[in-house]
Amino acid sequence: MNLLEASGLTAFYGDFQALYGIDFAVAPGEVVAIIGANGAGKSTFLRGLAGLVRTAGGIRFDGAAIDHLPAHVIARRGLALVPEGRRLFPSLSVEENLAIGGDRAGAGPWSLDVVLELFPMLHERRRAPATALSGGQQQMVAIGRALMSNPRLLLCDELSLGLAPTVVKDIYAVFPRIRANGAAIVVVEQDIGQALGAADRVYCFQEGRVSLSGHPRELGREQISQAYFGLH
Amino acid sequence: MINLVDTLLQGSLLGGRYALMALGLSLAFGIMRLVNIAHGDFIVLAAYLALVTVQALGLHPLAALLIVVPILALLGYAVQRGLLNRAVARDIMPALLITFGLSVIIQNGLLEVFSADSRRLQAGNLSSIGLSLGEGVSIGWFPLMTLLIAALVIAGLEQFLRRTRLGRAFRAVSDDPEIVQLMGYDPHHIYALAMAVAFATVGIAGVLFGIGTIFDPALGPPQLLFAFEAVIIGGLGSLWGTLAGAMVLGVAQAIGFRVDPGWGILFGHVAFLVILAVRPQGLFPRTRDA
Repeated sequence: MNLLEASGLTAFYGDFQALYGIDFAVAPGEVVAIIGANGAGKSTFLRGLAGLVRTAGGIRFDGAAIDHLPAHVIARRGLALVPEGRRLFPSLSVEENLAIGGDRAGAGPWSLDVVLELFPMLHERRRAPATALSGGQQQMVAIGRALMSNPRLLLCDELSLGLAPTVVKDIYAVFPRIRANGAAIVVVEQDIGQALGAADRVYCFQEGRVSLSGHPRELGREQISQAYFGLH
Repeated sequence: MINLVDTLLQGSLLGGRYALMALGLSLAFGIMRLVNIAHGDFIVLAAYLALVTVQALGLHPLAALLIVVPILALLGYAVQRGLLNRAVARDIMPALLITFGLSVIIQNGLLEVFSADSRRLQAGNLSSIGLSLGEGVSIGWFPLMTLLIAALVIAGLEQFLRRTRLGRAFRAVSDDPEIVQLMGYDPHHIYALAMAVAFATVGIAGVLFGIGTIFDPALGPPQLLFAFEAVIIGGLGSLWGTLAGAMVLGVAQAIGFRVDPGWGILFGHVAFLVILAVRPQGLFPRTRDA
């Protein structure tokens, strides 16, 4: 059975329709990438799954419908979002930013110590204000904060945006650990190479629709660029 | 010289009263960016509540705190959850209008029930005894106690905001109410709890206000004004700043009273305007907003 299933998902911003009938599934423990150009609806889709954007259609998580639930209830069910732009709490220290992620957590493998072990460079900066860190370190805090809730599914929005390639590599390097601790991962990514390298399956979004989906190894380069840019 | 010392002392002590009144306003603004126009009326309402409690149970007014503070906290939760949550987050204007409406309702409700007669909470000789600090300088026990309570409440709130889980959630929701939901917190509940804490301080302020001065149903708006000035002078969102702002206001008023008994309030307003013109961010603004 799939961990997450979205069927015929639509979303609007006022009169503007951002998503047109998205069908999407994630199996337990799977890493799924969503690629697509700016404005393709990737972020809206993740925000819709997390309950931050109102959607129509259906979302089932762990066998239960969640699309009518408020975001804080969805979060407690084990669906965590690392938002675009990291969105750390500026008044909180690094450690507090991490800890608050675990305030309403169920039992699971993640704790402050485990997260600090996953990102050792946060350890010595844990008393610093979150905004004093470099972009890459802030991204680590954002991921750690989401992990603190012991999620079954981790949604990551634009992890590599604005970060140096070596930093991006460091961040993707923790995926196997996250997976080994029982979470499936969905990454929204503009860096296609990074996305294809990390993912078991990939969806390409174009103008609010799924234009292509499959296993990275089975998809040709041309096929992907066509689905990405809408070139024919 | 003695006059100056005495004036500064009396002004600072007066600041304790204003600080206590301003705390709830400062908290609500710091956490929710919400300005409660009915703040002063809730202070007066708390004083009347204490009056009823004292009369019904024969308690000392200070003991009425044990009843008034929890009731105000519950009221704060209900007002936020039932009314203000619908308005907050969108814009500052709807909350202003709603609380303005509450202000009118509370004043008229109190007038209807208690009439326009002035009242006072009788606290024996607590409000009249003083402490002599040498020639010509003496301070009242009650204003001193009020200032100490204000400082204690602020210290307690600071520790609460810094060290507890709920305090952390208050700071986080103030930073980013959307992302707090991803942490499993319902921002509406957190806002209502924050208002409950703010109203608890209103309860304390109201009881001490009722002991310190005679009051009537129309006294809410001036208290709001003093509280507002203290918050702005001190810098938005900083509790110790609010205490400092309240003391500046108190000292300015005390100097005014010394110059001419009719000028005290005016001097307070002038000090407020001067600081607003010279240092609009206040004396101690929260660093991240600066």
